[in-house]
Amino acid sequence: MNIFTETFAWLADPLHWSGPGGIPVRLLEHLQYSGLVLIIAAAIAVPVGLYIGHTGRGRVVAVAVAGALRALPTLGLLVLFALVAGSGLMPPVWALVILTVPPLLAGTYAGISSVDSNVVDAARAMGMKELQVLFGVEVPNGLLVMFGGIRTAVLQVIATVSVVAYLPLGGLGRYLFDGLVLQDFPRMLAGSLLIAALAMVVDLVLAAVQRLVVSPGLSARSKGGRKAATDFSAAAPAAAAVQGGTA
Amino acid sequence: MAEAMIEFQSVTKQYQSGQPAVDQLSMSIDRGSITVFVGPSGCGKTTSLRMINRMVEPTSGTITVGGRDVTSVPAAELRRSMGYVMQSSGLMPHRSVVDNIATVPRLNGVPKADARKRAEELLDVVGLAPSLGKRYPSQLSGGQQQRVGVARALAADPPVLLMDEPFSAVDPVVRDELQQELLRLQRDLAKTIVFVTHDIDEATVLGDKVAVFAVGGKLAQYATPEEILRAPANEFVASFVGRDRGFRHLAFTTADGVAVHPVDAVTRGGDARANADDWRLVVDDQQRPLGWEGPGLDSQLIPGGSLFRPGDTLRRALDAALSSPSGLGVAVDGDGKVAGVVKGAEVLAVIESARQVRQGAL
Repeated sequence: MNIFTETFAWLADPLHWSGPGGIPVRLLEHLQYSGLVLIIAAAIAVPVGLYIGHTGRGRVVAVAVAGALRALPTLGLLVLFALVAGSGLMPPVWALVILTVPPLLAGTYAGISSVDSNVVDAARAMGMKELQVLFGVEVPNGLLVMFGGIRTAVLQVIATVSVVAYLPLGGLGRYLFDGLVLQDFPRMLAGSLLIAALAMVVDLVLAAVQRLVVSPGLSARSKGGRKAATDFSAAAPAAAAVQGGTA
Repeated sequence: MAEAMIEFQSVTKQYQSGQPAVDQLSMSIDRGSITVFVGPSGCGKTTSLRMINRMVEPTSGTITVGGRDVTSVPAAELRRSMGYVMQSSGLMPHRSVVDNIATVPRLNGVPKADARKRAEELLDVVGLAPSLGKRYPSQLSGGQQQRVGVARALAADPPVLLMDEPFSAVDPVVRDELQQELLRLQRDLAKTIVFVTHDIDEATVLGDKVAVFAVGGKLAQYATPEEILRAPANEFVASFVGRDRGFRHLAFTTADGVAVHPVDAVTRGGDARANADDWRLVVDDQQRPLGWEGPGLDSQLIPGGSLFRPGDTLRRALDAALSSPSGLGVAVDGDGKVAGVVKGAEVLAVIESARQVRQGAL
């Protein structure tokens, strides 16, 4: 038996699909952590991104800070937060929020500033107030590019949320870390495949949402937003976890 | 007519560096007329326009619209009371054509259904098919987008229309069409229109009055287009108006005094020519001109020049003669039937006598 058939056998084993350590429970935990991280990160990044995109103020600072945040090692940050703030759910969530804010911020800002300045000027000249310009013109027209940033961030979170299992918490990352400790490679590979499959399913859902909310008047235009979103490099979960481990 | 709608009083706009964009501008814009701001780039014409609806705030001086200082009204409210058309249509890509047109009524709180109904009517006013209403701006041609831009500006029926080079990004044929359309609309609507362009031809075609701006934001001349072409105030205006101003000026005098001579016209494929050395006008069976048969070229049809219609100007009369292969300008009646021919030399004689009459009047 090679590793692939063993992995397949592991995945097919009904024992692994039930109980507190079963795949459905781990999957749900994984989604919950990811959702929590994304909601907090979006609550910070989206308003700031809208403000910077709309006013053009603070762009240089935001780019510098976002770049610096991106350079932080995931696992190192996670352990630091756990050491400083103690155990529990929130320290690792905050650590992941710090890593998720930059792509969300960049995507929001890029979306708003991608809107044709003539359109914004015309909206103002029609007599729209600043908030009407932002939410009535800039957001709907920047949505396609913004979705690119959002989807990239979501994929990244789903991949990196695996590391919370190191603390140890739940989620699909459990299979990676437990497999590593037990030298159970089929379990590790199965975990990786599950995370990748989850990332793809979520991305498909987001693609469907995008089709629903983005005006058809924009679809003939810029496809730049999609390019970043289809970059799956962030969704190589095992690689992300191992990278974090060596950092 | 001479009642002022918009007034600039010593208005200056100064950006941080050096030269003012607009320098001590004082002028009064007549109600219900088209006033054109024209000048080279950097002359402050667009800045002046945008100060009327406070898209740019003046450094000093006051602007009044309908007797009311524009700074006394909140900017957004002021802008909703004026239509605005810009060079790139500035339509919102995410909204359908109808919803784009309905923008200002919606901002004013008109219910969606009413605003859409009004928008559909406006499509017709600006000469667009109702079926275009459901499309998105990116599915329209440049000329169609500009028409939608005009419809959007008219939607709330504002007394003032500000137009910032609205036709300069479309091709010359469409531009000509849009200019005629605007004049037609203006006959019905009688808005106070301020129109910015860098094209002196467009300015003289559209303007009841033309304001020529010089670089540095100075008003060089403010007069009727006829006067600007005939009597430029200074060297700058003369050079800006350009080389053909004498010819263009002819567009302001009707050619009533030009004699129309009878002409023998033959129908296409008619009897053989008695004298093959003459030019012969060929018409269709409705007596409409088709072209000319040249000397020695037998029955080969040469396309004719421009046509001279009743009520046309001296410019048209002269052009008809100059553009005709035979040297005879074809005059037609209101139904497009051949009425006769005009001769270039006689048009020039009329022009000269008109000049002498003007001189005598001075």
